[in-house]
Amino acid sequence: MNHQGVISSFARHGKKIPALVLLLLVMVFASPAHAARIGDVTETNAWEQALRFFTFRDDGLRVALAGCMLLGLNCGLLGGFIVVRRLSLVGDTLSHAVLPGVALGFMWNMTKDPVAILIGATLVGGVAMLAVNVITRTTKLKQDTALGLVLSSFFAIGLCLVSMIQQLPTGNKSGLDKFFFGQAAAISEGDLWLLSGTTLVSLVFLVVCYRGLLTLSFHRGYGETLGLPMSWLHHALMLFTSFAVVTAMQAVGVVLVSAMLIIPAATAYLLTDRMHRLLIYAAIFGLLTAALGAFFSFLGNNLPTGPFMVLAGAMFFMAAFFFSPRHGWLIRLWRQRSRRLRTERENTLKAMHRVLENRQFHGESVSLLELAQLRRETLEESRHRALELERAHLATLSSGGNDVHFTPEGWQQAQAIVRNHRLWELYLTNVMQFESDHVHDEAEKIEHILGADAVRELERKLAFPQTDPHGRKIPGVRDAESAPQPRSELTGYKSS
Amino acid sequence: MTNLIPVFDFERVVVSPWTDSIDTYGWMVLMAFLVTATCGLVGNYLILRRMALVGDAISHSVLPGLAVAYLFTGALSVPIMFAGALGAGLLTTVLIEFIHTRSRIKADAAIGITFCTLFALGVVIINVFASRVHLDTDCVLYGELSYLSRGANEIAPPEVLVMGGVAIVVVLLITLFYKELLVSSFDASLSASLGFPPKFIHLALMAVLSIVIVSAFESVGAILVIATLILPGATAQLISTRLSVCLWLSVLFAALSAVLGLHLSLWIGSSMAAAVVVSGTGLFVLAWLFGPHGVLRRRLGAREGEGGLEKDEPQAGAVTE
Repeated sequence: MNHQGVISSFARHGKKIPALVLLLLVMVFASPAHAARIGDVTETNAWEQALRFFTFRDDGLRVALAGCMLLGLNCGLLGGFIVVRRLSLVGDTLSHAVLPGVALGFMWNMTKDPVAILIGATLVGGVAMLAVNVITRTTKLKQDTALGLVLSSFFAIGLCLVSMIQQLPTGNKSGLDKFFFGQAAAISEGDLWLLSGTTLVSLVFLVVCYRGLLTLSFHRGYGETLGLPMSWLHHALMLFTSFAVVTAMQAVGVVLVSAMLIIPAATAYLLTDRMHRLLIYAAIFGLLTAALGAFFSFLGNNLPTGPFMVLAGAMFFMAAFFFSPRHGWLIRLWRQRSRRLRTERENTLKAMHRVLENRQFHGESVSLLELAQLRRETLEESRHRALELERAHLATLSSGGNDVHFTPEGWQQAQAIVRNHRLWELYLTNVMQFESDHVHDEAEKIEHILGADAVRELERKLAFPQTDPHGRKIPGVRDAESAPQPRSELTGYKSS
Repeated sequence: MTNLIPVFDFERVVVSPWTDSIDTYGWMVLMAFLVTATCGLVGNYLILRRMALVGDAISHSVLPGLAVAYLFTGALSVPIMFAGALGAGLLTTVLIEFIHTRSRIKADAAIGITFCTLFALGVVIINVFASRVHLDTDCVLYGELSYLSRGANEIAPPEVLVMGGVAIVVVLLITLFYKELLVSSFDASLSASLGFPPKFIHLALMAVLSIVIVSAFESVGAILVIATLILPGATAQLISTRLSVCLWLSVLFAALSAVLGLHLSLWIGSSMAAAVVVSGTGLFVLAWLFGPHGVLRRRLGAREGEGGLEKDEPQAGAVTE
C-alpha cells in the first residue's frame, strides 16, 4: 500500500462527494448575503414561515442554512470515522473542552473573530486530547474517567474565562453565550467562509488519506507494521474533528455538537457495511439533519437551532434503528418471526411426508388425525398448522378440512427438507463418525438452513446415497417416483 | 487584556466571607461542599465501574425529566423534581442498554446518541413551552450557587436542607451496602454468586445517581456536575488504593475545593460552581504531580535507580479493599 495506491484509490471512492460539495458551494455563494437574524420577522404563521424557508427569500436564512448544511456535511463525514473507531465520546469531550480555547481566541483582540477562535479552540482541543492521553498513561485511571475529567474541568476553566471576559467593559456584547445552545442565525458571512474552508480541507484530507484512515480504523497494528504513519493520521483526524467541532459550535452549541458527529454516522452505520458508503450516507444524513433542524427552528421564531438538529438526527436514527433493511431491530424481529414460521411449516411438511412414507405412499391425502398422532399434538394444533400451509400455498385442505394434500410446491419442499435431514444424518454418521442414534437432533436443526449448494456438495461427498442411517430412502433431487400418484383437479395437483 | 485578571484584594477575597458576610458565603460553601461530597462519594463507584461517562449521560438527560415534570405539574416541588429525574435517569440507562444490545451500535455511540437526544428534547420542551416551564437554561448549564437565603424561621436555606438530606441518604446507603457495592464493582460474577444481583445493583446505583445529580443540578449545572462526580474520586484514587480511604479522601477534597472555590470565585468574579470545579482540577493536578504514585515521584524514583515506591508497593493494581 504505497502512496500511489492511496491517491489512485481516492479517485475511485471520492467521486460523489466533491460533486455534492460543489453543488452546495454554488448554492451558497450564488448571491451575496449579509447577516440578518433568521427570526427577525415577528409574524408567527407557520405556513408563511415555511414558505419563506423554501423560497430562500432572506439572505440571513440563506447564510444560516448554508452554514448548517456545511457543518452537517463536515461532521457527518468525520463522524463516520469517529463512530467506527469507537471514539464517539472523544468527540463529546472535545466539544466541551474547547471552550477555554474559544475564550482565549476571543481575548486575542476582543472580538468574535472566527479565525482567532478557531485557532485558540483547536490548540486547546489538542491540549485536552494530550491531557487525556497523559492521564491514562501515567495514572491508573481509565480512559472514561480521564475523558470525563478533561471534559468537565476544561469546561469549568472555560466558564471562568468567559465570565472574566464578560466583566470587561468590552466583553458584554461578546455573544459568547451563543456558543452554548447554538443559534444558526448567529452564523455570519465570515463564519460561512470558515465553515466551507474547514469542510473543504477535511474533505480533501478524507479523500487523500482514505486508504490510510481505513487501515487506521480497522487494522491499526497492521498499518504500523507496514510503516504507515498511523499516529500521524490519528492526530490529523483529531485535528480536523476539532476544526469541525469548533466551527459547528455556533450553530449547534457546545453541548450538542458531538451529536452532529455521532448521530448521522451512527445512522449510516446501521444502513451499510461498506466504509465508503457509510461516509456518503453519513454526509447525506448530516446535510438532511442540519437542514431539517434549521427548518424547524425557523418555524418557531428564534428557537435554538442545535436541539432541533439533534432531534431531526434522532428521528433519522430511530427510523434506521427500527427499519434498516439489514440491521433494523423490527426488521430483524420480523425476519426471525418469518424464519420461525417457515421452520414450523417445513416441520409440518416433513410430518406429512412421514405419514405418507409410513403408508408406503399409498393414497395422496394425509388426515389431520394422522398428522396429530405423528406429531403428538391436539387436532386443533394440527388444523392450525395445516391452515398455515394452505396460506403459504404449500397444501390444500379438503373433505371438510380434515384431509391435507400437498401442492406441487409443497411436495417439492417436503422432499427437499427430508432430503436435507437424511443427508445430514448420513454425513454425521459416515464422515463425522457420530453414533446413528445421536444424529437426529442435529439434523433437525440444520435441515432448515442447508443451502442448495451445500446439499449438492453433501450428495457428492456421500456418493449419491440412497438410504439414510436408519434405512429410509433419501429423496433425490430428480426423484419423483415416490410422489403420491393419483392426482385430481379437485386437490390442486397437476397431472404430469 | 491587562485588566482581565482582577486585583487580588485580600480583605474582600479571603477575610470578609468568613467574617462579615458569613451568613451568605457560609451557606454557599456548605452547599458546594455537600454537592461535591455527595457526588464524589457516588462518583468513586462510577470510576471503579468504568461508568464515568454514564454519569455524563444522566447529568444531561435529567433536563427533559425536569422539563416534563414541570409541564405536567406546573410547579417543581422536591418530590416531583426527584421523580422526574429518576424517570429520566432510568430511561437513559435503559435506552443505552437497549440501543447497544439491540443493534450493532457500540456502547460509546449509544451513550452519545441517548444523552444528546434527551438533552435536545429537554431544551426544546423548555423553549416551546416557555410560558409553562420556568427552567432557566443558563442555570442548567452553569448552575447557580448564590441566592441561598434563609427564611426567618428556618434553620437553613431549603436547598441546603434538601442537599443535606440527599447527602445523609447517600452516606447511609454506602455504609449499609458497602460490601454489596464493593463486590459488585469489582467482580460481577462473584457478586451474583453471593446473592447480590449485579443488574439490580447497577440499576439502583443509577437511580441514586439520578437523585444525586438532580439535587446537585441547580447548584452546579449539567456539565459541571460531571466534574463533581469524577474529580474527587479520581483525585482520591491517585493517592490511595483502598476504597474506604478513597471515600474519606474524596470528602476531604470536596471540602477543600469548596473553600478554595469560594475564594477563587470572589477573586475573579466567576460563578462559584465553575470556580469550585477549577480548584478541584487544581487539586487533581497536584495529586497527579506530587501524590504517592505521582508523576514527579516516579521520575525521581527512576532517576535514583531504586524504583521508588513501585518496588515495595505494587501500584499498578486497581483500588482494592
